[in-house]
Amino acid sequence: MTVTPTEKAGRLTGRTTRRRAAEAVIRTLIYTAGLLSIVILLAIAVFLFVEARKSIAEVGLGTMLSGTQWFPTGTPRIFGFLPLIIGSLMVTGVALVVFVPVGIGAAVFISEFSAGWFKEVMKSVIEFMAAVPSVVYGFLGVAVLIPWVKATFGLTSGMTALTGGLVLGVMSLPTVISISEDALHAVPDALRQGSLALGNTRWQTIYKVVVPSASSGIFAGVMLGLGRAIGETMAVLMLTGNAAVIPTNVFESVRTMTGTIAAEMGEVVFGGLHYSVLFSVGLVLFGITFTINLAADLVLERQRKRWRR
Amino acid sequence: MVMSAALEEVTMEAPLRLVEPVRIGAASAEKVSGSFALKDVSVAYGNETVIAGVNMLVPSRAVTALIGPSGCGKSTLLRCLNRMNDEIGNVRVGGAVTLDGLDIYQKSVDPVDLRMRVGQVFQRPNPFPMSIYDNVAFGPRTQGVRKREELDAIIEAALRDAALWDEVKNHLKKHAFELSGGQQQRLCIARALATKPEVLLMDEPASALDPISTQQIEDTIAELKDMVTIVIVTHNMQQAARISDQTAFMLRESMDQPAHLVEVGETKRLFTNPDDKRTESYITGRFG
Amino acid sequence: MSDRNRRARNARTVEAVMKVVTGACVALVVGAAVLILGKIVISGIPGISLEFLFSKPGMGMRAGGIFPIIVGTLMLVTLTAVLVLPLGIMAGIYLAEYAPKNIVTRIVRLSIANMAGVPSIVYGLFGLAVFVLLMQFGKSLLASALTLTCLTLPVIITSTEEALRQIPSDLRQAALALGATRWRAIYKVILPAAAPGIVTGSILGLSRAAGETAPILVTGAAFFLPRLPDSVFSQYMSLPYHLYVLATQVPNVPPEITWGTAFVLVAGVSIVSMIAGAWRSVQRRKVKW
Repeated sequence: MTVTPTEKAGRLTGRTTRRRAAEAVIRTLIYTAGLLSIVILLAIAVFLFVEARKSIAEVGLGTMLSGTQWFPTGTPRIFGFLPLIIGSLMVTGVALVVFVPVGIGAAVFISEFSAGWFKEVMKSVIEFMAAVPSVVYGFLGVAVLIPWVKATFGLTSGMTALTGGLVLGVMSLPTVISISEDALHAVPDALRQGSLALGNTRWQTIYKVVVPSASSGIFAGVMLGLGRAIGETMAVLMLTGNAAVIPTNVFESVRTMTGTIAAEMGEVVFGGLHYSVLFSVGLVLFGITFTINLAADLVLERQRKRWRR
Repeated sequence: MVMSAALEEVTMEAPLRLVEPVRIGAASAEKVSGSFALKDVSVAYGNETVIAGVNMLVPSRAVTALIGPSGCGKSTLLRCLNRMNDEIGNVRVGGAVTLDGLDIYQKSVDPVDLRMRVGQVFQRPNPFPMSIYDNVAFGPRTQGVRKREELDAIIEAALRDAALWDEVKNHLKKHAFELSGGQQQRLCIARALATKPEVLLMDEPASALDPISTQQIEDTIAELKDMVTIVIVTHNMQQAARISDQTAFMLRESMDQPAHLVEVGETKRLFTNPDDKRTESYITGRFG
Repeated sequence: MSDRNRRARNARTVEAVMKVVTGACVALVVGAAVLILGKIVISGIPGISLEFLFSKPGMGMRAGGIFPIIVGTLMLVTLTAVLVLPLGIMAGIYLAEYAPKNIVTRIVRLSIANMAGVPSIVYGLFGLAVFVLLMQFGKSLLASALTLTCLTLPVIITSTEEALRQIPSDLRQAALALGATRWRAIYKVILPAAAPGIVTGSILGLSRAAGETAPILVTGAAFFLPRLPDSVFSQYMSLPYHLYVLATQVPNVPPEITWGTAFVLVAGVSIVSMIAGAWRSVQRRKVKW
């Protein structure tokens, strides 16, 4: 069995063409899939704008953004976004009051005061809360919270900004807790021990050292919770009563941007002005959540870099 | 002593440090193949040159050991021989590496083909998370072997060569993770042998193993060198002295300059009567 | 000296108080979860029967069962899975195995993180404009599935990448050193090893998609449909939308029907994802690399 050098050399350069071609095809497919997310995100922005163009041309973006009245089917039709934007902000504000203290407090307890098995249990609890569909939260709100709010505050209707905000607050908790807990968990133990060795108590260590070190991650968690609350549709649609009037307090009924789109898109003429205006609302919503998410992501990225060193 | 055309060619062109004859493994009727010639080889990570000016021959059917203090680039040099450095981004290899006279860095060479001829065993046993059989069959299947009987034969031969057959022949379907560390490493050797390579690169193959497993691996290496050329990186000088025919000593004298080859020669001679003071210091334990 | 003692005692009191306060936050979270689960189980179970699960709704949805609704949901999720899994898994492979460290990859990651935060109703608008109207699929299973594909994609990509990154690079090196091409190493060694993580991540992502209402509201879910969908271009009924309809659009629905629907939805979505999550952590503990 003699192998000549040329045969051997042949083994190094043969059979490669087909294999290289196959590999190139696969690589192309994978790169395409990899870049798809950029394409989709861009396409969302582009198509929202394309469909909103008619309303921007006919009503004007400034007029819509500064308009204080929303009468999409009245005569004349008035498309002022302020009632919707303020409605969204008020509901989100209530949610914020719920999820910031409760979320951060719970994250601190889970990360700093509890044993391993309890962390696992809480992980399942939080996964469950995140998995419950928003329409179910809305339904529970309708069945349980609306009557409660009505009775407790002596209102004529339990469909208020407060009701929607409370449910949104609970819905945002999983996001806030899991991201804050991750941030607290990422703080190196050496820092904790250094602080304890200086004679600080556990709590002093937490609020002087651990929480400040994790602050950017906690901030990102709050931002993402905020983004989730502003973008949430079904629960607010079912709970806030959807009165398109600029609210003066949380016990009034409000109509949010998301609720407006969901409630009215079923009744518009496709391609018509009202249809286009709803895409303008979507564009505003997209702009707000995009900014919030971008900020949160940049903060998270910075934090990741910090602990890697 | 047999020398391939490639060796002669390089010897004539480059001022090699290899001067004395190297004992070649048991005489074989086959034409010798699986010999490397390295000519002025350098390696750079980005802008930093980490190895420079390596000239040496790796004779066929013999064990060549690369020794030197940690961080001297032994493993990096080893990975030049099957172009595994290509897989780390930003690595440039300069000079010429020829396998049986063929420049393995020339454009027409696909590293995938090269690696079928030049196998590698890693520091830590890294069997795939699948059965013993499938582990060893991975290489042949990659090369397109599909017939069951053919695969069975290759797998038995490879496991026998790696001295693992008797221990696993009745549980080839068992998950590879159920083997002990030493068995896993011999499985990895069998897996590399199943592709029928001419050269086997071993990167500190026993560093993660206990003394008994280490002994078994060394015995396996002694058995194998009649079949394949072996290049082994080791930090253990006794091991180098025990198992190798030729030894190359590498050193990076300061972090500002690249590592280089201090001395290469027949193992017995290098360990008893080194040419270079630095080699002597190292093997007598004065540094490293 | 006594001053220092007092301060130390104060610090201990503060610590005890804060432990109670943060513990109360956890109690609130657990309480909410227990309340949600308990209420749905207690009110939902009485409505569940074989007849409820396997018969059509009747009398203007005030009687009968939810069979076509369950089937519609399963069809929607299956079609979404068929569309999103290949794309999401390939994109995950791109990020874990192929993506160079450059600005493009950075933008890809930012896009994925951002897609995860786009409100679901905005996906609905996008689906309406592109799949329903521009591509003329109409309000249909296909348009809804494509919309949910966009919505679920970031979840599948992220979990696939995470699962692939758990696999030690030793295995990739070993496969390459045996003369395998990059793709063969991924396909034969790394993907099978990462499969448990990818499967659970996909189940989690798809169960989330199954519970979405807003995007399908505008792209194809039907208020009421007397028959099962017969092609991907038909409209369909779906559990989350049906629950919305029962809870807010139809007066005088017997509570056991609404609660039963809610129970089936929560059981389907959250129990499946909890099992998947638990299975994943067991798998992670079992295989130590």
